[in-house]
Amino acid sequence: MQRVVYLDNAATTMVDPAVVEAMLPYFTKQYGNPSSIHSFGREAKEAVEASRDLIAASIKSRSDEIIFTSGGTEGNNLALKGVAFANRNKGKHIITTSIEHKCILNSCEWLQQEGFEVTYLDVDREGFVSLGQLEKSIRKDTVLVSIIHGQNEIGTIQDLEKIGKICAEHGVWLHTDACQSYTKTRLDVKKFNIALATLNAHKLHGPKGVGALYVREDVDFVPWQHGGGQESKKRGGTENVPGIVGFAKAVQLASNQKHIEHMVKLRDALIDGILEIEDTKLNGPRGAARLCNNANFSFFGVEGEGLGMALEQEGIKTSTGSACSSRSLEKSHVLKAIGLSDGEVNSSIRMSISRFTAKEDIDYAVQKTQDAVKKLRRISPIKKVKEVLKGVFGKSA
Amino acid sequence: MYSEKALKHFKNPKFAGEIKNASGIGEVGNVACGDVIKVYIKVDKKGILRDVRFQTYGCVAAIAASDALCEMAKGRHIDDVLKMRYEDVVNELGGLPPIKFHCSVMGIQALKKAIDEYKKKAER
Repeated sequence: MQRVVYLDNAATTMVDPAVVEAMLPYFTKQYGNPSSIHSFGREAKEAVEASRDLIAASIKSRSDEIIFTSGGTEGNNLALKGVAFANRNKGKHIITTSIEHKCILNSCEWLQQEGFEVTYLDVDREGFVSLGQLEKSIRKDTVLVSIIHGQNEIGTIQDLEKIGKICAEHGVWLHTDACQSYTKTRLDVKKFNIALATLNAHKLHGPKGVGALYVREDVDFVPWQHGGGQESKKRGGTENVPGIVGFAKAVQLASNQKHIEHMVKLRDALIDGILEIEDTKLNGPRGAARLCNNANFSFFGVEGEGLGMALEQEGIKTSTGSACSSRSLEKSHVLKAIGLSDGEVNSSIRMSISRFTAKEDIDYAVQKTQDAVKKLRRISPIKKVKEVLKGVFGKSA
Repeated sequence: MYSEKALKHFKNPKFAGEIKNASGIGEVGNVACGDVIKVYIKVDKKGILRDVRFQTYGCVAAIAASDALCEMAKGRHIDDVLKMRYEDVVNELGGLPPIKFHCSVMGIQALKKAIDEYKKKAER
């Protein structure tokens, strides 16, 4: 049987069987509505509150500051729109970055149509925000700064402690999209002065369709989904009890330094192995400021979708920032923001591992990538790399 | 999303490579757009394409279309080949996602460019 190596864990992860196990009773046995006053309802309510406590403790927040949501996109929408609309008499300015997830960028674009002003911070070649530019961008009418914690494509981890300090000094609330980084690097909302944080379950071996938004007690915030008063009246709708239970279980299982160490080791083996391929570069930083599960490369002379499919034929699942990536024909805005040329963006592949990835998987992926790149370069008309580097690929390489 | 036939051409392209002393070479696209297709042809005195080869930087569709195109053109007369349309390549591949039709268009363009070059050389 062909080996299958899943290297797209930044897109989503396998649900840990222990998580499924924890969820199951809440479908068929303890299926009560947490708002009901009978025992079924109370059992469900207890399960939700125990999950809330666990997630709150993991980021050092209070339990009543955690709102369960349907996932990262909802959390990010809720954070931006909830704060913007609650504070529109105070100010109409929001600061974010050019490397946010589309759900932040598209929410910002919509807020601009609604009369808000948005400043998009640049990033350097490794994807780091400039603290100086952030500080200069803060205005009297700035109500929110929103900066992604761990970048989903290139793995850059921002220094939230320093960013949070600047925001606190200027009395501006800081929101962070921590969907990729949660449980993979420390997130201490007290220490980092974070006012809002978006979390989700399916990037950490939990179920899809559930997440959480941390909203600090002092943040002026309006709900976006009006309902029966659930989630401290901040998000109406019957709670996704099995999902919430699964989310908490996933957080509990993921919060283990050993998993991080395992992933760091494999990530570095993957990066070292792939970089042995001639004319290949790593996108994003190396070391501790990179998500432990992320690697992203550009292979000169090889197009990303073609390479992804060649790897798929060997059972290896990856993703690409190439414009050819079948559904959109749109290049990665993140790779462009870190200064990659169009050619480098089109030649990019992201490989993201998990705690379930084994050393053999990495060895296999490295070997097959070497073969595939060699094969595709053989049929590529772009041969003279140095010549190309000067032209289309830009000066970076 | 790709047909088995397209994937077969992608996986084992039979016409990848270059032709030394080609009668004509046609190249279209650029790396920035995402695809570059280069077609080499060898034409005999009767105007028959004795050999057709391609080099492609691009996605599955671009590589598969290039290979299918070469296969379809080889052994035919240039006048006949000039009548080929991108739809013929798409059909030969058992269909392509509409968003990828341009890859087959580029292949046809590269082939026609190679023939144009051959004709110009022949006139001289």
